[in-house]
Amino acid sequence: MRHVKKECVAMILAGGQGSRLYALTQDMAKPAVPYGGKYRLIDFPLSNCVNSGFDTVGVLTQYLPLVLNEYIGNGHPWGLNSIHGGVHVLAPYENPEGKSWYSGTANAIYQNMNFVDRYNPEYVAILAGDHIYKMDYAKMLDYHKMQEADVTIAVLEVPWEEASRFGIMSADENGIITEFAEKPAEPKSNLASMGVYIYSWQKLKKYLIANEQDQTAKKDFGGNIIPDMLKDGCKMVAYNFDSYWKDVGTIDSLWEANMDLLDPKVPLDLYDPAWRVYSRNEIMPPHFCGGECVIENSMISEGCNINGRVDSSILFAGVTVEKGAAVHDSIIMPGAYIKKGAVIQYAIVGEDTLIGENVQIGERPERIENINDEIWGVAVIGHRVKLKDDTVIKPKAMIDKSN
Amino acid sequence: MATTTNVAGIIFANMHDSTITDLTKLRTMGSVPFGGRYRLIDFPLSNMVNSGISSVGVITKSNYQSLLDHLGSGVAWDLSRKASGLRILPPYGNAAESYTYGGLYRGRLEALANVIRFIKNLTAEYIVMSDCNVIVNIDYKSVLDFHLKKGADITVVYGRGSYNAEEMRTKTILNINQDDLVYDVLIRPEINSDTPEDNQVNASLNMFVMSKQFLLDIVTESASRSLYSFEIDIMQRRCKELKIIGYKYDGYYSQIDSLITYFKANMELLNLDKRAALFNANRPVYTKVRDEAPAKYGLKAEVSNSLIADGCVIEGTVEDCVLFRGVKIGKNTTVKNSIIMQDSVINDKIDLGYVIADKDVVVPSYRTMIGTADFPVFIGKGEKI
Repeated sequence: MRHVKKECVAMILAGGQGSRLYALTQDMAKPAVPYGGKYRLIDFPLSNCVNSGFDTVGVLTQYLPLVLNEYIGNGHPWGLNSIHGGVHVLAPYENPEGKSWYSGTANAIYQNMNFVDRYNPEYVAILAGDHIYKMDYAKMLDYHKMQEADVTIAVLEVPWEEASRFGIMSADENGIITEFAEKPAEPKSNLASMGVYIYSWQKLKKYLIANEQDQTAKKDFGGNIIPDMLKDGCKMVAYNFDSYWKDVGTIDSLWEANMDLLDPKVPLDLYDPAWRVYSRNEIMPPHFCGGECVIENSMISEGCNINGRVDSSILFAGVTVEKGAAVHDSIIMPGAYIKKGAVIQYAIVGEDTLIGENVQIGERPERIENINDEIWGVAVIGHRVKLKDDTVIKPKAMIDKSN
Repeated sequence: MATTTNVAGIIFANMHDSTITDLTKLRTMGSVPFGGRYRLIDFPLSNMVNSGISSVGVITKSNYQSLLDHLGSGVAWDLSRKASGLRILPPYGNAAESYTYGGLYRGRLEALANVIRFIKNLTAEYIVMSDCNVIVNIDYKSVLDFHLKKGADITVVYGRGSYNAEEMRTKTILNINQDDLVYDVLIRPEINSDTPEDNQVNASLNMFVMSKQFLLDIVTESASRSLYSFEIDIMQRRCKELKIIGYKYDGYYSQIDSLITYFKANMELLNLDKRAALFNANRPVYTKVRDEAPAKYGLKAEVSNSLIADGCVIEGTVEDCVLFRGVKIGKNTTVKNSIIMQDSVINDKIDLGYVIADKDVVVPSYRTMIGTADFPVFIGKGEKI
């Protein structure tokens, strides 16, 4: 089959386990984790690609790919079901040299160089599959071309005290990156890498091949490719991004990122018709609010049936809240059923869970004496857990199907 | 749902346009918005798809831009298919080819005569026909089984109910014997005031099953005799000579034939049992996807007994309403017993009751508009009050 040349191919790294999300990633990869009432994390990079005019996307999967494979399907919900290009799920494969898992981010791209080469692109965008942000990659590509760079790395100013959690770039006044440190103990800059790169493809290929031949290498972008290119004096530029960006690596950050949607001061607008975030929609009627329901400061999706109290919460499609049940400051994923008398506070409740009558989950932090991180945190009920009537789940608890 | 190549569907998108002219001024009956996120055609289309039909022709006549926009390739109903799928059949403009000048048919038979090539080319042996004015979740497989069991020429779906003189003006009433045989057909009957209110009659739901060959025969024969009305020229005139069988539908349905019945049909969705009857998880109602974010409730939102679609932003009070996708309700605003369609903006400090606001309406702050249950205020598409 003849392939039409593309200027830029996007590669989304979606193999991450997201081990710090525990129960929520026990049966799906992190990019498939539900977010914001109707999305999964991967909707953000996918929608960014489409809205930026990138129509050829490879999604690299490895860990528990079933949910993600099914979700992406033929790419139709994102308009990525095109004749030339479109979205392709790229799983690890066996080759004449033997079985071969992706051993690192760079190795994952290395193993799919043939996929990229089919489109003979000048550039390739490497994107994380699990970050929440709206970004026009086309502008970044323009900047990359204007700078005639070998690689452009999107960076975000983070608070200095958090800088040691990120890959930190130092850049000169022309935006040229002079130094890179992965999670430095004493950061010299507060410009954090967002995990969004645009490489000139031929240059990247050389480094991928060399890295692959180095038996000691970690086969990782942050660990090898970027330091190697810096050492060789490649032209590496920083591209400043100053809007909302969040990596939801932990339960707390996933909870916060959802609550950000209820904060009018947070610059992440999902209601902008000029930059829609696409997703695979559930086929459900509009949600119903019963005669005695109370809903405040919340987001509710189609198919919900609310007869109880909901405040400062996010409810995904098809959630039922019976009369006399209450949901406060919580995230309820698709298909959960909350029976009467149940009270859910500061919690994340997974997909298709059943919360029995009078179940108590979580607690408000102000109700706890001598509060500290040991005893208080967001409670998590894993996907498809069924809680019997009158169960009490403490704050910070993590309940999965094995409990 | 296994699909069948043995049955095809034909939907009439413009039939009954004249019964709700406010809503069909700029669109077909089939593209009239309904129930917060649907268009009326979603119901017959979804019923056909859920009954395993994978080949559907949609006959349209005029005002069909919104219909084309809504249907697209048919992918939202799983009708974007390799070998069959959705076919939109607008008027056929070639005078020599079509039976009527410009293809603007006068009745169902003429409409079918204009698309006779489409029908001939169908591989199906049986045809299910439906209009768009009945909101129902019906399994056409049961109707077809009944049709075959009875050895009928035509099977017509009907519901039993009692109607006043006003409501009768849009109904076709079927008199049916104990063998389910239709022996008399009354079209828009006048009833005198002596008729008791609870007089139960069989009202046609304008859904028909027949074999493709039978359909082709009556269509070509009628065309050569310049007959165009299926109801008058076939159902009524040939009632005694043909085997017309009535299939009684016992489940929930609502038939829209006026602005009042449109209003009532929407409001009935606030009833749990009726909603459950229409929105069965195993037989979902499909519609075009709009990729709206979930509905957002502000700090002072108060909503009760209402159906709210995605993309709404609610800051005020909403009671007993149906809000379509992307509707904005401002602060200190109260909206009761109303239907507010897609992307309409109801600003701050407004009082609305018994209002039907079409798409893209803007109501500026400090307005009051109150209609009544039998005379709701209608605000036309895109109007800025």
